Amino acid sequence: MVPLSWYILLGVVLFVIGAAGVLLRRNILVVLMSLELLLNSVNINFIAFGHYHGDFRGRIFAIFVIAITAAEVAVALGILVALVRNKSTLKVDDVTMMKG
Amino acid sequence: MGQGFFLLFAAVSVITALTVVLARNPIHSALALMACFLQISAIFVLLGAPLLAVIQIFVYVGAIMVLFLFVIMMIDVREAVLQRFLPGGNLPALVLLGLLGIEMLALVLWSDRFSVSEPVAVSGGDEVRQLGTTLFADYLLPFEVASVILLAALVGAIVLARRESG
Repeated sequence: MVPLSWYILLGVVLFVIGAAGVLLRRNILVVLMSLELLLNSVNINFIAFGHYHGDFRGRIFAIFVIAITAAEVAVALGILVALVRNKSTLKVDDVTMMKG
Repeated sequence: MGQGFFLLFAAVSVITALTVVLARNPIHSALALMACFLQISAIFVLLGAPLLAVIQIFVYVGAIMVLFLFVIMMIDVREAVLQRFLPGGNLPALVLLGLLGIEMLALVLWSDRFSVSEPVAVSGGDEVRQLGTTLFADYLLPFEVASVILLAALVGAIVLARRESG
């Protein structure tokens, strides 16, 4: 059988790749996709721990994470469409309206 | 056999995740992210959670990625394709990422709590039935809160994406 640490290591690798996308890319669309990657690595950890310790709570929290992610993506893409309509830019560095 | 399948799915998911970050065109990123979600749902099946795998495919691949592709088609991404995709001067972020990765790898590899190799046998009975009972009995309030959050996100997305004075 696959040891638990392999799943945790896969979660670590995917988390670091997603964090790299969030921190290094300047395109808002790719930043949002990298956020999805981060949440999916967390889901892998939840379900792996739940499976190896015989607990259902990991799966339930994974379901909640998926539901909240759907809400987050809907709102984020709505904001993105409004932003592109008003400022016609996709670079996160150009969006400084809330800086004051 | 399980190890081989896990290594295959993990390798493909890591490669597609790297493609998401490194691809120049956002459409290529979206398609690679879809492939990565499919691999992760296969890993959920290996972990004995087929219901979660189906939910993953329905919600992520079926809904969220289609939303992403619609938005990419709505807005003009040609300007984003032409610009430099990885700014070279972002050294603090790279150092931070390296430290984060090394720290997490060291924590996982040095600890002996993650070396469990055999899953605990779950008490008998239907898995989906137990999951539903736990979800709707013990976690009813978070479930309702999640539904309210989804409704608020629905209304908010419509209000945000609507044209002004329309």
